[in-house]
Amino acid sequence: MSFYGLVDGSEKSLIHFLDELSGVDQVGAEARAAMLATRSIKTTSKKWAIETAISMVDLTTLEGADTPGKVRALCSKAVRPDPTDPTVPSVGAICVYNDMVEVARTHLDAIGGKHVPVAAVSTAFPSGRASMEVKIQDTQDAIDAGAAEIDMVIDRGAFLAGKYGLVFDEIVKIREVCGGKAHLKVIFETGELVTYDNVRKASYLAMLAGADFIKTSTGKVAPAATPPVVLVMLEAVRDFYSITQRRIGVKPAGGIRTTKDAIKQLVLVNETAGPDWLTPELFRIGASALLNDLLMQRMKMSDGYYASPNYVTID
Amino acid sequence: MATKKVSRVEVKKTYKLFINGAFPRSESGRVFEVTAKNGDFIANPALASRKDLRDAVTAARAAQSCWSKATAYNRGQILYRIAEMLEGRAEQFESEIALTARITPAKAKVQVAQAIDRWVWYAGWSDKLQAVSGATNPVSGPYFNFSISEPQGVVAIASSDDFLEFIDAIAAAVVSGNSSVVLVPGGLAVPAMSFAEVLATSDLPAGVINILTGSLDELAPWAASHMDIDGFDISGIQKKKHGALKEAGAENLKRIHSFESGKTPTRILAFMESKTVWHSVGV
Repeated sequence: MSFYGLVDGSEKSLIHFLDELSGVDQVGAEARAAMLATRSIKTTSKKWAIETAISMVDLTTLEGADTPGKVRALCSKAVRPDPTDPTVPSVGAICVYNDMVEVARTHLDAIGGKHVPVAAVSTAFPSGRASMEVKIQDTQDAIDAGAAEIDMVIDRGAFLAGKYGLVFDEIVKIREVCGGKAHLKVIFETGELVTYDNVRKASYLAMLAGADFIKTSTGKVAPAATPPVVLVMLEAVRDFYSITQRRIGVKPAGGIRTTKDAIKQLVLVNETAGPDWLTPELFRIGASALLNDLLMQRMKMSDGYYASPNYVTID
Repeated sequence: MATKKVSRVEVKKTYKLFINGAFPRSESGRVFEVTAKNGDFIANPALASRKDLRDAVTAARAAQSCWSKATAYNRGQILYRIAEMLEGRAEQFESEIALTARITPAKAKVQVAQAIDRWVWYAGWSDKLQAVSGATNPVSGPYFNFSISEPQGVVAIASSDDFLEFIDAIAAAVVSGNSSVVLVPGGLAVPAMSFAEVLATSDLPAGVINILTGSLDELAPWAASHMDIDGFDISGIQKKKHGALKEAGAENLKRIHSFESGKTPTRILAFMESKTVWHSVGV
């Protein structure tokens, strides 16, 4: 099998390819991300950024205490984030655990939300500690239940132990399970990968194995989607595009709670991967609390006075 | 050889804001000048912007539930602790007030003593409010019916430039369990930020009292229309401007009041709301 003609799938070829990658300039990446974070986005640009960010949110609930009722409420919010204002776009997707996919899909279809896909977290999320059979079954279950996007976690233990072949094969197998039915997002849990070099390697590993999206984190580990990490991943998709002519999406998740954070991410995208990536097809933000802040900022812009959390839903 | 006395380099204080228990500069980077009667420079306090106000309201909202859930006794203790800290720094307040309010040191001394006593007087109300303002209402049925006064939430205060009135307004707002965002005009900024230093060392949870120095004309309209502020004490604002502020506050039914300086529990109750609870009679 050929993977973009860059590796042959063997561990040896992977190690060769990944070791050839240049290391990340840590100080440079952090300075660049910090510098881009100072960009001031105001008035009409801010309005555009808020609406674009809303359309990119993967509205997420990944709690042990998730109930069907909570998932349905979240689906209603995903379709019409602000019930008082139909001009607010629907979010990018709903992101839930496997067993809630059917609840979410059925409810979305029933309330006119066919255009909102359901993403499921699979492969023994969030730790990724299970046998390959279980991970495949987990993914198959989600797709059978109607998931159009699969957010898989990689085996960080294997990655850190240098077993790139193992991680690669897992992604390839899950890619096969997804087939043409579901988009595959690969979660690295960058907080556990520790270094930017590892983030860069993991990005290429996942892209070579056929990921449609690369995603920073599960949201269960801090630090998560820090701007320098996202910068490194955006550089990876940009460079990968120049080699293969294929655009891979990026999804930061975890720790993005305010409109300011979200706009900083959009600036990073625009300045690193380029404006082509400023679309929900290629950039998503995994979040739950963020949507309320985006809505409150939008209200502030349309009403002319500061909004209160009392006027948006709690979940 | 005669030795020249080495003079120290003067260490001057940077006046900043007090938001969420910390002392940040204004987000806008602006300052204004406070001068003495003879025109001498005193300080450059921060000129708060509406974004500082927004940040302060966020902090006040986050702090409010914890503060109102603290026992009345505990709130009273913390407020009394603030009085203790004020007492220890009385001389500093006296000199700052004499200089910025342009009054004699003797008058300033009286005012600081009054302010500390006033604070203690309000602190004492924390565990007495329910007994005075609550009620057991007569009903015809096998129930008890209670009215209980609860704090409103976040109260903004547009203070006058008088230190005693500043103390009155804050004490009355927070003793019941409200958190507050205090807007301070003109020369009062100098003692007000010293007061913030007192608050920071008094076990007061961060965010319960936030102090912004600057222009009331600039900030008050934003506070009046802010949907996450529940009450607004506009005692420090000229009467002719009250109408416009009340109109802006109507959107979220904000309680907007102004008061004369003085000791009165009605000022505390103005930012509390009465809630009624039914309870069955025990068998």
